[in-house]
Amino acid sequence: MSTAPHPEWHLARDEKVSAAKLHAIQYLVVILLAVLAAGMWRLQILGADGYRVLADANRIRKLPVLAPRGKIFDREGRILVDNYPSVSCFLLREQAKDLQADIPLIARGLDLPVEQIQTSIRRYASSPKYEWIPLKQDITQDEQAFIEAHRNELPELETQDDQRRLYPRDGFAAHLIGYVGEVSEEDLNSSKFAFYEPGDVVGKSGVEETYDAILRGTDGSRDVIVNSHGKEVGPLGQQLAIPGHDLRLTVDLDLQRVAEQAMEGKNGALVAMDPHTGEILAMVSRPTFDPNQFAVRLTKSYWSQIVNDPNHPLMNKTIQAQYAPGSTFKIIMSLAGLEESVAQDMHVMCNGGATFYGHFFACDHHHGMVDIDHAIPWSCDTYYYTLAERLGIDTIAKYATEVGLSQKTGIDLPDEATGIMPSTAWKMKTQHDKWYAGETISVGIGQGPVTATPIQLARALSGIASGGVLKRPHVVFPDELPTDMASAIAATYPGSGDRTVPITPDNWETITDGMAQTMLPGGFDTGAAVRLEGIDFAGKTGTAQLVNHSIGGNNLLTGNARANAWFVGMAPRRNPDIVVAVLVEHGGWGATASAPLAAQVINAFVTKQRKSEGNLLQVAAPKPQQPKPVPAAPVSTGTGE
Amino acid sequence: MRRFSSFRDFDWMLLTMVLLTSVISVLEIRSATLQTKFHGFGEKQIGFLLVGIALMFLISFIDYHALVDIAPWAYGIGLLSLVAVAVVGTKVMGARRWISLGGGVHFQPSEWVKLILILAIARYFWGLAGRPLTWMDIAKAFAMVGVPMLLVLKQPDLGTALTYFPVLVAGLFLGGIRPRQVAILTLAFAVLAGGAWMSGKRPKPYQMARLTSFVNPDNDPRGSGYQIRQSLIAVGSGGLWGKGTNQGTQTQGDFLPIPYTDFIFAAFCEEHGFVGGMGILLLYFLILTRLIQNAQQASDMPGAFIVMGVVAVILFQIVVNIGMVVGLLPVTGIPLPLMSYGGSSILFTFLALGIVMNIRMRRFVN
Repeated sequence: MSTAPHPEWHLARDEKVSAAKLHAIQYLVVILLAVLAAGMWRLQILGADGYRVLADANRIRKLPVLAPRGKIFDREGRILVDNYPSVSCFLLREQAKDLQADIPLIARGLDLPVEQIQTSIRRYASSPKYEWIPLKQDITQDEQAFIEAHRNELPELETQDDQRRLYPRDGFAAHLIGYVGEVSEEDLNSSKFAFYEPGDVVGKSGVEETYDAILRGTDGSRDVIVNSHGKEVGPLGQQLAIPGHDLRLTVDLDLQRVAEQAMEGKNGALVAMDPHTGEILAMVSRPTFDPNQFAVRLTKSYWSQIVNDPNHPLMNKTIQAQYAPGSTFKIIMSLAGLEESVAQDMHVMCNGGATFYGHFFACDHHHGMVDIDHAIPWSCDTYYYTLAERLGIDTIAKYATEVGLSQKTGIDLPDEATGIMPSTAWKMKTQHDKWYAGETISVGIGQGPVTATPIQLARALSGIASGGVLKRPHVVFPDELPTDMASAIAATYPGSGDRTVPITPDNWETITDGMAQTMLPGGFDTGAAVRLEGIDFAGKTGTAQLVNHSIGGNNLLTGNARANAWFVGMAPRRNPDIVVAVLVEHGGWGATASAPLAAQVINAFVTKQRKSEGNLLQVAAPKPQQPKPVPAAPVSTGTGE
Repeated sequence: MRRFSSFRDFDWMLLTMVLLTSVISVLEIRSATLQTKFHGFGEKQIGFLLVGIALMFLISFIDYHALVDIAPWAYGIGLLSLVAVAVVGTKVMGARRWISLGGGVHFQPSEWVKLILILAIARYFWGLAGRPLTWMDIAKAFAMVGVPMLLVLKQPDLGTALTYFPVLVAGLFLGGIRPRQVAILTLAFAVLAGGAWMSGKRPKPYQMARLTSFVNPDNDPRGSGYQIRQSLIAVGSGGLWGKGTNQGTQTQGDFLPIPYTDFIFAAFCEEHGFVGGMGILLLYFLILTRLIQNAQQASDMPGAFIVMGVVAVILFQIVVNIGMVVGLLPVTGIPLPLMSYGGSSILFTFLALGIVMNIRMRRFVN
């Protein structure tokens, strides 16, 4: 760093820097700038699309706007299922500073197991980072406070107001309504759920399942632009959430209440239907469950409790319980016998039973001489054993299947059972054996291999009482559905549907009078204890033994070996306005266990009907001479002609 | 020795290109600070530019030989000022880089020292008068640059310290260092570095993360990794033509960090795309070429050395800054000459250019 001496100065000043070196630096400049250009090319030409996506991901948030599910009403517009506001908690992955480290704290604050959070995160691993992950729904006030208090440490938690399902308490109409839950992994893989996303809520049983497409709305979204601090700086667009359609059911809340009360404490099923249309008026299955438990996250203990309950609370017994129908089957036998012109002239001497093919088949009483008019109200087994032997199994099967046994009815609820109607063909197909004539005998009184569901019997017997007109039972009014939906439902739930079975008018009268007689006092009439004053109440009891009938009629055993108590009742006797089928599992005698329950429902129905007619009459005509409807008068058309 | 030169000799071409770049810079700074709390930076930059241009004209009238003469004194004062910063400098974010002169004026010595260093190195190598470099010469050169470098490193200001290095390299190269000597130096450096590594004197983990994050941004997701990521996104999403002036979503949405200084080029590329970016590179290329031309035409060795020193520093800063922005190099806080906002950088650049003008204007003088 010394000062250069002047002579050298003058000398050195003439020297120049090597030109070659300057050129070299020039080339260096070109090369370096070219490298930079290449770097730019890599990003802006080759990678432009990818980076555009990332740029958007930076700044766009998709906030879900959840659509409320359609409400469910009874036939008179009274609310059955509603939604209630609740708060859900979501996870925003890209806001998290260190997600994995935060998980224990989140798990504690939201009362969630750590593995559950991990699973949720894994499930969303392939979706864009700005998508929200649902963490917990229906959070409590404490959990909400936790989230608020930890806004700084846990910026990845966010809350959202939500709508949750509110079902009636105590499992009221639980099987009919069904419940909703998150769509499962297996479901998502099936074609039926092609348009569903993880976290979507779907109907899992009952009406919620069948009509899920109508009830569910379409979630909307609100897209917003945010800056790097997550602050909203502008709207981008929004898709309005489309709320689901409300649904009106055919059930009558008043009748349903009576039915639920009547079945309290029992195991079994009750179904009430309008035979003119097939509309279900009440549907109860016992034991029941609480669908509200499913609407929020289901606890393992509750689930295992109901799944392991030997009385099957999740089963909708009105359409799924398949039992031997017992004496209710005798109505179908009567139809077969009369239409085949066998029963009209048949007179059987009942001495407490009879012997067929070397076996003795017992009857409850010694009825003496029995003809068809008495066979029904007395429910004489001997008569029907004889009739069965005369008709043969295939003839019986023909009429039974005509009125809908061994097929689904086509009711618009999931998982309906078909029941069994034996025949020679059936036996060959299922057991690869031929049918023995001796087996026909017990079928005559509704025992043996024949099984039916309550809805099948309700439809069959009321159909016979309606002159052979059978309707497809349903819980939603088909003309309130969009046309393609109605036909789609019908296709999804196939069954014997609407049909007409030919019945000779004389036979029709015989059978319906016989059923009416059952409920009137006198002699061996089985239903007499339950008759309803002033109502043309007709029906058939059934006491279906669980063991071989030949043991003895009066010995019904106890507990789980006790017979199933059936009753199918209707009013009026011909072209009835209502039919009620009741099954009390292990209830013993149909007359004592089931008939009174049906009577309660029918009574309520008729009273309500008359009240509304009474109102109409009073308002329409102020003339005092107009006779007021007397309680003793038969309901509606009375004789049904 | 003529003291005045004709205006004709003033390098108008260079000035035009420099001014063009400056105008672009002002506009881009304005765009980058639109949405932020740093309003008025564009205007401030104009102020710096005006002062810079004024100083450039001023210094072009002083014969550069005079500057070379006082280089040793200037060097000493420069060292003192660096020491002063370490002692009485204002501490900002854990670094002492400025001395406050009151009235909101800050003085950043490290930029001035850069200029002085160019002069000092030029003088030193000129003093060696083209003879082959001995190891002693090389060592002295290292010391001359190394001491201020260390002082700056201690501030700490790695970026600026690094910009002293090209001055040394240019000096050595033009001064006639032989390839064998270069090889030995490189080997020595490798051994030293390896030795330091072994003995545990290695960069701290966060520093390592900063260094490697340009390869994998997730190494340092909150810090430099984030910056690189955002820079890549900004540049890449600009595509061929860019998103338009003031339309850069990353810049406007505050995703791109410090868009008006270190990442100004990213902001520019987001708005003006590949085409715009290449335009800037072209401008730089023309400026550098022009400077090298001036060096070739310089009338004597010190002139050439000075110009090439300036070229080295400017080229180095361009490469390191843009390299960082496009993800080829680690993040360093080195500003982009003529583009980044910042008085010190502007002043250095214009003063340096003024000296170059100076040299050019006197190229015919004997």
